Amino acid sequence: MNTPILSAHNLVKHFSAGGFGAKRKVVRAVDDVSFELARGETLGVVGESGCGKSTTARLLVQLLTPNSGSVRFDGKVVGPELPLKAFRRQVQMVFQDSFASLNPRMTMIDSIAFGPTVHGASAAEARRKAQDLLDRVGLDPARFGGRYAHELSGGQRQRVNIARALAFDPQVIVLDEAVSALDKSVEAQVLNLLMDLRRERGLTYVFISHDLNVVRHISDRVMVMYLGEVAEIGPASSLYTAPRHPYTKALLAAMPSLDPDRRTHEAPLAGDPPNPIDPPSGCRFHTRCAQAFGPCATQVPSQFAVAKGHLAACHLNRSEETVA
Amino acid sequence: MAVTAENIVPLATVDKSQGYWRAVWSRFLRDKVAVCAGLVAAGLVLMAIFAPWIAPADPLQGTMLKRLSPIGTEGYPLGADELGRDMLSRLIYGARLSLFMGVVPVLIAFAIGSAIGIAAGYLGGWVNTITMRTLDVLYAFPSVLLAIAISGALGAGILNGLLSLTVVFIPPIARVAESVTTSVRKLEYIEAAQASGASSLRIVRDHVLGNVLGPIFVYATSLISVSMILAAGLSFLGLGVSPPNAEWGLMLNTLRNAIYVQPWLAALPGVMIFMTSISFNMLSDGLRSAMDVKQ
Repeated sequence: MNTPILSAHNLVKHFSAGGFGAKRKVVRAVDDVSFELARGETLGVVGESGCGKSTTARLLVQLLTPNSGSVRFDGKVVGPELPLKAFRRQVQMVFQDSFASLNPRMTMIDSIAFGPTVHGASAAEARRKAQDLLDRVGLDPARFGGRYAHELSGGQRQRVNIARALAFDPQVIVLDEAVSALDKSVEAQVLNLLMDLRRERGLTYVFISHDLNVVRHISDRVMVMYLGEVAEIGPASSLYTAPRHPYTKALLAAMPSLDPDRRTHEAPLAGDPPNPIDPPSGCRFHTRCAQAFGPCATQVPSQFAVAKGHLAACHLNRSEETVA
Repeated sequence: MAVTAENIVPLATVDKSQGYWRAVWSRFLRDKVAVCAGLVAAGLVLMAIFAPWIAPADPLQGTMLKRLSPIGTEGYPLGADELGRDMLSRLIYGARLSLFMGVVPVLIAFAIGSAIGIAAGYLGGWVNTITMRTLDVLYAFPSVLLAIAISGALGAGILNGLLSLTVVFIPPIARVAESVTTSVRKLEYIEAAQASGASSLRIVRDHVLGNVLGPIFVYATSLISVSMILAAGLSFLGLGVSPPNAEWGLMLNTLRNAIYVQPWLAALPGVMIFMTSISFNMLSDGLRSAMDVKQ
């Protein structure tokens, strides 16, 4: 198999939640997360709020330093083997809040041109590139180039944010809920833009969203996270049609459907996820799982390979081959 | 009026990017209160610069017979002080030292305090904790007491007064700078800049400064009046400006005994201090809203 373009190896990120010494409390935002991204594929990441999706994204682009674990780009460990600045050119991020991600005092051209100038482009070159990119994401540079963030609509701003990420000529873009805040018609346009760009430039995406329909539409593979851990990861088609983790099943059952016969009659999942400061023992999902049995409360489930490239961390699959 | 091609504003000109400062200037001009305040402040500054040409009399030359003449006395349009010196001339000359003692310590403290506060706010973590707790030690002193203590230790004189006032204003300005920077640092455009691989210094210069200096500056200008009053207090104790120099705070202090005899006369330096501080405050307020792109 080819070297994965980007891979996460046992990433752990704990945030301090106050307290000293023995009483020190930590939020286990991301706990032992590993996955690989093949060149040109799109990995969707889904899960409830607070499950560590955004933290994973920030660890992946090195905006946060993991407590342990590493990120590799093209097989090289970022930091010791690949300088951070070189890595930054290759992996970019688009954030959820299109307004907060643009400097309110910078024009759109300047915002996009900032990145290339950091990496040594002249001001004129960077501006020319910014104009080309504005044009590419569907905004007339003559009309929008000199505007400020508040003078644009949400969809237009998110296009600028995408252009800013593209200005580095990156290979990977991490999209953290990048279309979630947009209204549906605009969301569809931006999604189409993202898919066109992926084809044109051979981009690899990590697409984080809570919208399962959108994730299915855009992703080749999907990763389901629960309380900082990977519950299930696999090809979008098999994960959506044959989920092997009860949590994935519950999420899919919660998807709104237009078909009245497939109407959901009762909430597939009750209550909020448990507190990540003190996660449940064994399988973290067993407190809310309808199918929990013997080992769930005590043993941490391994990643069982349930199909080719499809892993599920659930004891129901223990007959399958263990991967990790 | 008929709608013709001429009076429809063409799209191209609307969307053409105006320079940032030109836009600020045009927004500022629309704010009438700020423009008035600006004119008053400019007038005060001009008055200070051209004092020798404007003042009708020598501010230091007194006539004993005219002591505490009321406002409107012939030859003394604003009366005479307790030593028979022309009030109008003293008020005009007083602008020099008063503005100097009001503005300069605040400007120096603005530069130093902003640098400390922005650095602490941007770096966060233990750097922030150590810096801000250290400043809190200074902040805990009542400002008058701190200024007196420093001035007292250094001795009398304008420069020592300046220094002590500067030290007094650094902690509050740094505190405001720190809190504004901390809130800006959490925004995603700073994260985006970090993800671009730019150095911290560059991020602060290109993305943080423009978004934090406005609020810090407005806060700093509100300290100008405090600085003038504190300087007056120092002068009163013989630590700052010393008589017979004309300085509004000092005049306010020396005339306080005359408040039962000539209350209006005694109030005049206070009126000047009030006018200066309110015009500077309104001016800075107008500048802040003019610099706000979201208008």
